[in-house]
Amino acid sequence: MIRIIIAIVALLPFAVGSPFLVNLAMLTAVSAFLGQCWNISGGFGGLTSFGHAAFFGIGAYVVAILQIRFGLSPWLGLPAAFLLGGGVGLAIGFASFRAGLRGSYFALVTLAFAEVFRVLANSLDITGAGLGMQIRRQPGLITFQFVDGRLIYAAALALLALATLCAWHLRRSRFGAQLAAVRESEDAAAALGIGVVRTKSLALGLSGGLTALGGVLYAQTYLYIDPSIAFGSARSVEMLLVAMIGGAGTIWGPLLGALVLHVIADGARVFIDTPGAAPMLYGVLLLVVIWLLPGGIASLKLRRAHA
Amino acid sequence: MLDVVELSRRFGGLRAVDGVSLTLPEGGITALIGPNGAGKTTFFAMLAGFVRPDSGTVRFAGTDITGWRPDLIARAGLVRTFQITQPFAGLSIAENIRVGAFLREPSPAAAMDQARAIGTRLGLGGMLDRPAGSLTVAGRKRLEVARAVATRPRLLLLDEVMAGLNPSEIQEIVGLIREVHAGGVTILLIEHIMAAVVALASHAHVLAQGRLIASATPRALAENQAVIEAYLGHGAAARMAAHA
Repeated sequence: MIRIIIAIVALLPFAVGSPFLVNLAMLTAVSAFLGQCWNISGGFGGLTSFGHAAFFGIGAYVVAILQIRFGLSPWLGLPAAFLLGGGVGLAIGFASFRAGLRGSYFALVTLAFAEVFRVLANSLDITGAGLGMQIRRQPGLITFQFVDGRLIYAAALALLALATLCAWHLRRSRFGAQLAAVRESEDAAAALGIGVVRTKSLALGLSGGLTALGGVLYAQTYLYIDPSIAFGSARSVEMLLVAMIGGAGTIWGPLLGALVLHVIADGARVFIDTPGAAPMLYGVLLLVVIWLLPGGIASLKLRRAHA
Repeated sequence: MLDVVELSRRFGGLRAVDGVSLTLPEGGITALIGPNGAGKTTFFAMLAGFVRPDSGTVRFAGTDITGWRPDLIARAGLVRTFQITQPFAGLSIAENIRVGAFLREPSPAAAMDQARAIGTRLGLGGMLDRPAGSLTVAGRKRLEVARAVATRPRLLLLDEVMAGLNPSEIQEIVGLIREVHAGGVTILLIEHIMAAVVALASHAHVLAQGRLIASATPRALAENQAVIEAYLGHGAAARMAAHA
């Protein structure tokens, strides 16, 4: 039943075709996708990252550099971004988990890595430094540029489906069970033969690779990126907010979180036209959720099931 | 099965484990006893790879495993339980046991079948789908054993799996350990409850202040002077003899 409703709501913008609705749906789907990416390591693995913008930015810059500097197809950017984002995730994970960093220390390290990437993008020639990078406008399927918002929305939905499939697989697979075990107790997991550093690094790698795909979609949609768009911490914060408000470690949590955040934030913009109102609303919403529903909105359903 | 030679570990000025050597034959149940703070848990932690020894060697089934990572030691077939139980609280009891079964069984469905069978055998049958966080102390101890057994170990280290249990629960878990042992698992257990040690173990080692002070059958140890003094203080053996 819920799945049918989700499918209808997801397909509604195609039928109605109102640009406002399509844009809102696209932003929500991208948000849900990025939240799901964060959820794979942060929710299922308990690896609270404040720096997922690092992976997003890597994806955005990879696709821009491939096109502008090497004249390659943006479609190549998808596997390249996945591999590079995944590789960086693995490397950051391996380095921090081997050093025994956990909890807030790990969160700070990821934040620092995202900043390092921002500073690098700001100073290197290949990234266009502070000027950013402009991708030449040539709409078309081959160039992976869409004028029709519905096509961008469809691409966002496809990414969301991919990430949700990964989350769904984590719920069922051996790797997912081992990741959950590591999240609950590292010592007990190690005693049962699970390589703790390996498991956590792989989770961060998978999450990083998927997140980089979001960066590709962003660059191909707006055709311009600069260091703070790509690596700014606002992106990291939104990703973890979406997952935590919806319900970290659940499959539908990021979807719920993105719906609530975007419907409330964009709905409020219609009534209150004050700049900064949306971030304030996010903050209030987060406080309310942490106070009343520490497991996120998805925990409402679970609670009912246990009662 | 297990050969420990001169294993030592100090924490600051404290010699937690001081030159302990012992050999475990394959297929037996052996107990490690001693007063609180004697170094038993540190000794276990070194065998299983959680604490790195300062010196000495651990050989398991002919391989030198000194300094190996805990997950590799578990994969080799030496698995420990924790005195302070560490359930995966967010998972169900069956899922907890399945994490152990996944070590040798990659298929989720087959691992779940094994987990349910082991859980039922170890007396957790009626509650397999409940969250592990809801278990009582006795249930958590069983879960520790069940998870470890699910990895199909060759040598199982049980760290005080009877502490905090009532007499009838102790009797049940003694039966469970016998069953696991009958399945071909060599067992080394840390235990304070002497009745259980006498009932289970053919051989016991006594650790006091980090040193191995006696090794014999559990019954003989109960009359050993050095052992009585380690537990009750210097001169206790003489006072007991005077009162007798």
